[in-house]
Amino acid sequence: MGAAAATAGALAAIRPWEQRAKPASVSSSGTFGPLVLITLYGGNDGLNTVIPYNDPAYLSLRPNLGYQASEALPLAEGLALNPKLPGLQSLWKRGHLAIVRGVSYPNPNLSHFASMAIWQTANVIDGTGSGWLGRWLDEVGDGPERAISVGATLPPILRGDKETAAAIIGPTVTLSGDSAFQEAYAAMQTASPDRVGLVADVASSGRDLLALRQRLTDLQAPPKGGGRAGAGTAGAATVSDGGGVVGPNDVRSALAVVSDLITAGAAAQVYQVSLASFDTHADEKANHERLLGELDTAVTAFFKGLAGSPGADSVVLMTYSEFGRRPGENASGGTDHGTAAPLFVVGPQVRGGRFYGEEPSLTRLDTNGNLLSNIDFRQVYATVLEKVLRTDSRAILGSRFQTLDFV
Amino acid sequence: MSVDIVRSDIALLYRRAGFGLKGAELDTLVPAGYEAAVESLLAGLTGPDPAGDAEVVPAFPAIQVPGATASASERRAANAELRSGVTALQEWWMRRMVATSTPLREKLTLFWHGHFATGASKVRDPELMYLQNQLFRTQGAGSFEALTQAVAKDGAMMFWLDTETDKKAHPNENFARELMELFTIGIGHYTQDDVVSSARSFTGWSYSRRAYRYIFEPSQHDYGAKTFLGQTGDFDGTGVISILVNKPDSARFVLAKLWSHFAYPVTTDDPVIDDLMGAYGSGFDVTGSLRAIFLHPNFRSAKTRSGLVKQPIEYVTGVARALGVKAGSSPSESGSGLASLARLATALGQEPFNPPNVGGWGQNSYWLDTATAEVRLELALVFARWADLSAIESVPPSQRPAAVADLLGLDGWGPTTASALETQAHRPRQLVALALASPDYVVA
Repeated sequence: MGAAAATAGALAAIRPWEQRAKPASVSSSGTFGPLVLITLYGGNDGLNTVIPYNDPAYLSLRPNLGYQASEALPLAEGLALNPKLPGLQSLWKRGHLAIVRGVSYPNPNLSHFASMAIWQTANVIDGTGSGWLGRWLDEVGDGPERAISVGATLPPILRGDKETAAAIIGPTVTLSGDSAFQEAYAAMQTASPDRVGLVADVASSGRDLLALRQRLTDLQAPPKGGGRAGAGTAGAATVSDGGGVVGPNDVRSALAVVSDLITAGAAAQVYQVSLASFDTHADEKANHERLLGELDTAVTAFFKGLAGSPGADSVVLMTYSEFGRRPGENASGGTDHGTAAPLFVVGPQVRGGRFYGEEPSLTRLDTNGNLLSNIDFRQVYATVLEKVLRTDSRAILGSRFQTLDFV
Repeated sequence: MSVDIVRSDIALLYRRAGFGLKGAELDTLVPAGYEAAVESLLAGLTGPDPAGDAEVVPAFPAIQVPGATASASERRAANAELRSGVTALQEWWMRRMVATSTPLREKLTLFWHGHFATGASKVRDPELMYLQNQLFRTQGAGSFEALTQAVAKDGAMMFWLDTETDKKAHPNENFARELMELFTIGIGHYTQDDVVSSARSFTGWSYSRRAYRYIFEPSQHDYGAKTFLGQTGDFDGTGVISILVNKPDSARFVLAKLWSHFAYPVTTDDPVIDDLMGAYGSGFDVTGSLRAIFLHPNFRSAKTRSGLVKQPIEYVTGVARALGVKAGSSPSESGSGLASLARLATALGQEPFNPPNVGGWGQNSYWLDTATAEVRLELALVFARWADLSAIESVPPSQRPAAVADLLGLDGWGPTTASALETQAHRPRQLVALALASPDYVVA
């Protein structure tokens, strides 16, 4: 507890607006961060992402869905990337992509919602409680802008017991209305004894919005997106008279917002974006390829855009999904819910071009025909908490997990 | 019971069982009392809806969802046409909700859309989405079993959860699992073996995109014995649904979901569910359950009054009804002053006919974050520009905050909101925008 309190204290002492000249991404003690998470909703098919093309069991489990060795993009150890991931292959070759294999948890749950809740809370018993990065935010304890999710709804992973991360739809927050109106809006968000429960929560989200706007306005280099609809690289979101919102609705634009904020020196140490529709029970091949193609383009463009910016070298990006998919294909040209899967860790300082953890066996499966795990996802979290976010992982994960060497 | 309490209770009822009611209309309901207001809303579940029916259903694209052999250009053209069909359908439903004379029926249709959450993003054919929407509208208030049986054979659902590809050789577990986890009984009440048995039971179920009807392919059905939730037999999908809905755990699951959406969130073991079991009964009676919910003493409580954040679709519909906002039939009409209500709801994070996943939308904290707060304020200003403000402008500034509350079907404002509103009372548009963005209205 001593170490945790000391870390939290040290971080709390750094007010984001007092260290503008020195972005958090290259903050005092750390050489890593910010952490950029990409949530892949629906259960990404690990076996068709990192393909064991050398294993004869692979094509016999997937006579229709499997990739031939000649189609896939080779990495090492008889594994290759999906043909739609050429950008990640080149990051691997440059040593910037690490792959953690066979990641899951004990007694894996085959429900999307239960399993995603387990991953997001790091509570493997039943997935209840606060999000693990929300608890990290509680420890850091200096406001929502330390962790930013790009998208209209904030996932539970970023909701702590005390703090809630910020959600944004563009690199700046621009509120309409004249100053008298905005003052009235601010006054309306005041916490007061007449406000309890959800009414207090709504007001609290309004106060967070105003604080976030102030922090983003205070940045030395204004984010490139700079204001209204589609004005910049990322395209700030706004409601037009027609009621349409211009804003990031794809993972590439969302990562462009993150890139703008990092470049501008925002104090956030955690960013979250997402990509959905990985639940490929039917007609998997074309749909999965389209999604991986989007991911590949987005990640490649993100690092390309960041190159040369202060702090770009310390960015660590990580993907995760609630589970992988069943090794044996079904009769609908798809795969059902599975268990262990690989996850990607990307960044210039990541110890890349290497695998971490063993590749799960395709012949020794569990009773449901699913892969057995060899890395607990909490080991990955512990690694990220200790080495990227510089926080005592035990305070957040409840117990000590062996860290990995990918950073 | 005082007139004020009855009026406040009926206002609450209409916020939850409808989309809110203006003060003048509330006044006409007060003399007959709360129970009569409940019965009048329930009557609308089966009667005609002249105003809603007058909203013309958009013509559906004649084009089919492109098959595997379609060329890239054929595919692009078809997809564009299908997407614009979905957009027109979204605007239609929003306009229907704004116009409806049977608000509880539309509210219940929205509830079932969130429960049996199906997305046009995968189904693609707007006509299938419309047919499912009509299914909720016409069968949503009867027996939950009959509704579930119909949903299992509904084309949109069958494409959404891949039932139509379920073959004997390798059963597809998608619908089989969500049927239990999300639709009928909830997680923890079945095993993976039950999922496999359920998937086998639905093999051979298919759907004709051309004929718009369910078809059964006997050669693809697994006629073998299955063990499902402790019973063994040659079940088909119909039998599986029947076993599921007859479990007491299913009744609690459905009732907890209804209570959570009309009053405040509860878990299945909440004592309030015990009080509703009789009304649901052996007939799986949805109308009876709703009556029991609205007449339950806990419904008319402080806990209910502060128990839910409005979902964006409810919020947008409620504002449009209260302020007389004219809605267009397509987003392109917004230039001529007609609001695109579906796009406004989408901007707040809830796109009609496109839930984020089969779990539907979340509740309460799901709708509270800085991004939603930002969009809500922008949207409130947009709405205020479109609003009919005559009822506000015609009274002196000191009475205007109360006049806005009256239009929105609220009893009044909390002290913090009231003092902020007073600063804008001389400017009706700003006043209304601020009121729409207030915690008091977002929660009510």
